[in-house]
Amino acid sequence: MAYQEDIALMAHLMRRAGFGAGRDELEARVAKGYQATVEELLHPETQPAVDDYTLLRYQPAALLPGGQPPMGNVNIMYHLVNTKRPLEEKMALFWHHVFATGNSKVDNYDQLLSQIGLFRERGMGDYRALLLTIARNPTMIFWLDNNENHGTAVNENWGRELLELFSLGVGAYTEKDVREASRAFTGWTFETKIPRLPYGRFPWKFEYRPEDHDDGEKEFLGHRGRFNGEDIIDIVVEQPACARFVCRHLYNFFVADEPQVPAWSIEAPRDQKAIDTLTAAFRQSRFDIRSVLRVLFNSSFFKEARFKHLKSPAEVVVGSLRFVGGQELPRPGYGDLSMQPAYMGQDLLNPPSVEGWHTGPEWINSGSLMARINFVASLVGDPSLPGVRAIIDRLKSKGSLSPEQLVDGCLDLLGPVEVSAETRQELVAQAKEWGQTGWASETSAKTADKRVGEMLQLIVATREYQFA
Amino acid sequence: MPATQKAPVLVTLQLSGGNDYLNTVIPFNDPLYRDNRPAVGIPDDKILKFDKTYGFNPSMAPLKKVWDQGKLAIVHGVGYPNSPRSHFRSMDIWHTCEPEKVGTQGWLGQVAREYDPKKENVVTTVSFGPSLFRALVAPGVPVACVAGPLEKYGFLPNIQERTQRLQVLDRFAKMYSPVAGSGVMEYLGTTGLDSLKGADILKVAPQKYASTVKYPDTPIARKLKGIAQVHFADLGSRIFYCDHGSFDTHAGQNPGHGNLWAAVCEGLEAFMADLREHDHSDNVLILLFSEFGRRVHDNGSGTDHGAAGPVFLMGDHVKGGHYGEYPSLKAEKLVQGDLNPSTDFRSVYSTILEKWLKVNPNSITGGRFEQTAFLN
Repeated sequence: MAYQEDIALMAHLMRRAGFGAGRDELEARVAKGYQATVEELLHPETQPAVDDYTLLRYQPAALLPGGQPPMGNVNIMYHLVNTKRPLEEKMALFWHHVFATGNSKVDNYDQLLSQIGLFRERGMGDYRALLLTIARNPTMIFWLDNNENHGTAVNENWGRELLELFSLGVGAYTEKDVREASRAFTGWTFETKIPRLPYGRFPWKFEYRPEDHDDGEKEFLGHRGRFNGEDIIDIVVEQPACARFVCRHLYNFFVADEPQVPAWSIEAPRDQKAIDTLTAAFRQSRFDIRSVLRVLFNSSFFKEARFKHLKSPAEVVVGSLRFVGGQELPRPGYGDLSMQPAYMGQDLLNPPSVEGWHTGPEWINSGSLMARINFVASLVGDPSLPGVRAIIDRLKSKGSLSPEQLVDGCLDLLGPVEVSAETRQELVAQAKEWGQTGWASETSAKTADKRVGEMLQLIVATREYQFA
Repeated sequence: MPATQKAPVLVTLQLSGGNDYLNTVIPFNDPLYRDNRPAVGIPDDKILKFDKTYGFNPSMAPLKKVWDQGKLAIVHGVGYPNSPRSHFRSMDIWHTCEPEKVGTQGWLGQVAREYDPKKENVVTTVSFGPSLFRALVAPGVPVACVAGPLEKYGFLPNIQERTQRLQVLDRFAKMYSPVAGSGVMEYLGTTGLDSLKGADILKVAPQKYASTVKYPDTPIARKLKGIAQVHFADLGSRIFYCDHGSFDTHAGQNPGHGNLWAAVCEGLEAFMADLREHDHSDNVLILLFSEFGRRVHDNGSGTDHGAAGPVFLMGDHVKGGHYGEYPSLKAEKLVQGDLNPSTDFRSVYSTILEKWLKVNPNSITGGRFEQTAFLN
């Protein structure tokens, strides 16, 4: 039983810090240990990077996809499905969610993918450095119009979102602070873009234009000086509100669903003590995200939060594709596969707005629920896929299964998934319609494979399975 | 008004991405049209001129036929003040009638709630598109969202063997029984059961359907065919929604924009022929809108986000013609390079709500708006 608990805990860690894991991997990781696994996840550089050449061989258009979906989606989906550094990709998704930048305006997946690359590279490092990098990121500058923010004519878009959505949250600054922060970022723009025609798209480059910068004195969050953008970021990261804001985001993404971001200024966190623990780590480590994550994954509030997080569409799709296996090569048809999260309400690289996506129960409506269930069911119902085969083989090794054994075996090997007594009763009732499941003869084996596939489909259709 | 007793039905076709007004309804006599469209202008001899002043994009021939029959109303210069020029925000405003704050209730979601307050029919609203449109959202209002082909609509389509399927869907229903007060689980339960029930009802539609009309093989035509199938099945559906796009033609506007309109118009042509063949056209009103028009001056290969755009209405009870004013293209009349809206979109909604859908428009549109006379 203790071993089973270790497996369940490891499955939880891998669902949250990664995209789930099959039983073989879970067993290997349990043998290695929980803390050691956390450390491995926190140090992606110890694992090989994704092989981009394979992507290019199959989908050359995914290298510089321009503004048209789905090639940008193909590129990111290939990385998500194949990564051996799951936490690195998860953090890239996390920051993509916070610094939500979208193709609807950028119209250039090359730039968006390069921003994702930046999140991969720096997502677990120093938050201050990350904020500064994103302030200089030409894609972000264009997305939030900072190229229109001039010494003589201030555009507040970036200045406002920096405070509202990227660092402090509503209520921790005044309108004057927005104005002054925006002034400090005047002149932060990008080099004149090279026209797309006739040679195609060129990468955008940051440019600081001192002549367009308002060098006058500013008063910002109680500080006074002739601030430039970097000074603003230095002041911002020292604010207690900043630690709270970043840590609440991490909590919502990794631990348990919080209300939507705009409600954070009025609704208290679901677990204030947990947020306090994380903010302490954030400040003590001087904004080191890796240190915060180490505390988070080793905390009891994390370990106890099993199935308290409604899976995002990206988690549903990527988790399922990795689980069933056989989806490593970006073969023709990968375009539609990579758009699956969009069909469930999460168009990667194209969030609905700078606010990012609304999470938790807001992922679910009558359309998206059906889309997610049917997608996962189509995979787990296919016994030719290696991950499904692996489940069948493990069940088969137990001999002939009673209805209860079939249900419990499937629940266990799919997760372990924890379901309510009522749900289990329905699953067992269905299995009882089928009687014993066994692989003794060739005909019974064929039926048994089919039954396992159907049971797995019924399980992924449960309410409980929508949670991680 | 509908001459028959049949309940009025609204079909909304959303042109997602921001449709270019100037190249849709072309003011060909206005020299400013040529001046502003050096790169993406439509050559004069290609324009489908339908009166002395305006012509359609060359790919809109089927729509011109509707105009010639007097069944197409064009509402000009539709928008709202201070267009944010963001797809999301702008679409949100059109969907919720809330230009100042983030709205939570869709305008059509509120209509559906009024039609079916006790949620007796989960297919009052049927949407064809990959995700749920905000226009249809209202607390407690179910929407049947058909993402793929209608024939395959339903949970677990891979379990097809009849007894198995019935058993499995029965388990599903039991597993989703919502326990009051259980928060997210209750919400999931209700949502799951609504979609299950919706799928059950809708599956009869393609089975009952037979037609001589051939729809083109395009996504929008497939959606419209699905709408026709459900409408003919008389399941009590009143609000249909679908979309086509992306009209976000920043680059390569020609031929991209024309191809988009060709798909829309050819799909609509088949749809309307199908409605007539089945004697089901007299209670249908078709609405076409986009979240904004595009910049007056082109950018060298396309057009950027703009403000005012046209709204189209079609149907047996539509009084064809121009409504409202085409906003001036004169530089001094533009707002940040964009056409200044002359008609509030809520005026159009208000007319549809009161004169067609027969509900009180004021609470939905958030005020009183002058109505336009495009309905007989």
